[in-house]
Amino acid sequence: MAKIEINVRVNGVEHRAEVEPRLLLVHFLRESLRLTGTHIGCDTSHCGACTVVIDGRAVKSCTMFAAQVDGREILTVEGLERDGKLHPLQEGFFQEHGLQCGYCTPGMLMTGYAFLNGNTAPTEDEIRHAISGNLCRCTGYVNIVKAYQYAAARLREGGV
Amino acid sequence: MIPRGFEYFAPRALNEAVSLLQQLGPDAKILSGGQSLIPMMKLRLASPPYIVDINRIPDLNYVSEANGSLRIGALVRESDLEISPLVGSGYRLLADTTKVIADPLVRNQATVCGNLAHGDPANDHPATMLALEATIVAISPRGEREISIRDFFTGLFSTALQPDEILKEIRVPTPPPRSGGAYLKMERKVGDYATAGVAVQITLDEAGVCQRAGVGLTNVSFIPLKAAKVEDFLKGKPLDAAAIKQASEIAAAESQPMDDIRGSADYKRDLVRVLTARALKQAIDRAKGGA
Repeated sequence: MAKIEINVRVNGVEHRAEVEPRLLLVHFLRESLRLTGTHIGCDTSHCGACTVVIDGRAVKSCTMFAAQVDGREILTVEGLERDGKLHPLQEGFFQEHGLQCGYCTPGMLMTGYAFLNGNTAPTEDEIRHAISGNLCRCTGYVNIVKAYQYAAARLREGGV
Repeated sequence: MIPRGFEYFAPRALNEAVSLLQQLGPDAKILSGGQSLIPMMKLRLASPPYIVDINRIPDLNYVSEANGSLRIGALVRESDLEISPLVGSGYRLLADTTKVIADPLVRNQATVCGNLAHGDPANDHPATMLALEATIVAISPRGEREISIRDFFTGLFSTALQPDEILKEIRVPTPPPRSGGAYLKMERKVGDYATAGVAVQITLDEAGVCQRAGVGLTNVSFIPLKAAKVEDFLKGKPLDAAAIKQASEIAAAESQPMDDIRGSADYKRDLVRVLTARALKQAIDRAKGGA
């Protein structure tokens, strides 16, 4: 099959690549760009470990073709830290013990990033609704919710 | 899981997309949100040789009211509908439905029109659109045509759309005063398909008598089911407890579920009964101005 050219901005860096149309976005990120922070979990659109933010919206990168992101802007977990400083969400996961095995964490962070961009004063219900597409098999949801709340408080103070 | 290879097209205009479909023939598949198509391709349940990605076509992302109906463009995502004040205030049944489709990440990508065009009786909008008496607008090289939702679902994963037609818009009639609707879905976990789901839309007169009733059922038949017997039963009746009870029993009898991993046919029929009664009560409350 003929390859197609895509131009995409990932974590602020422009990339030009020739991709097979069937290449999934998650494979493009992990294998072509070597950004392995984005995880492949279930590979069946259920678990959310592969969540990335495209033009401000959190989506599952295992359920999208790389060809679809031509001309778009992607943020992955590698792009959260700025100038050696953790994003308030990353800090929240650290402070509140928001991870055990850490497998779901990149997806949880990216969902949280998009969610808190639109709402820095969420209720617990809103947080639980927002993460309902991200599964944590350690079932550490209580602390994940706390981590979101920590980050929300920091963002309200003008953390980042 | 990696899909079979395919040729990819990303037209920039609707007429370009339509002529591509005509040129490529019935093996081409349209990619909009891709949240049903891509998983099927990864599982190799579908291996289309040509993909026509319509995401780059401008002016298909709108939710607006015009000429007595709500218009939902082909590229409106479920999450757009979820946050639309217009939908939240005037189309509660639709707002209920979009909130329980898949999960928030899938809803950021999945389209409302795709939820119908996929023709899956397990999807949620088909029952809702049947209850709301929606109209489908399809575009092809022959121009535009309107399809009544009653005639839209023709079989499992089959719709009235021709291979060279694109579902361009859904039109939902604006409900008259004293209307209310509700969608109730039983799912094992967030993101699962419905074990059963019930969509109800009613209009009452000033005395509380049912003027109009639309009832759609999710995932209890090979095709999305319009519960016509329930609708006929409700029309012209005051919707008291006895009528609700009888209507819910008719709905259960009208459903055609099968045994599967989500439950036995008997269990699902009983779910339809319970959910119909609850959805009707909520729809009546809303028609009377309640939440």
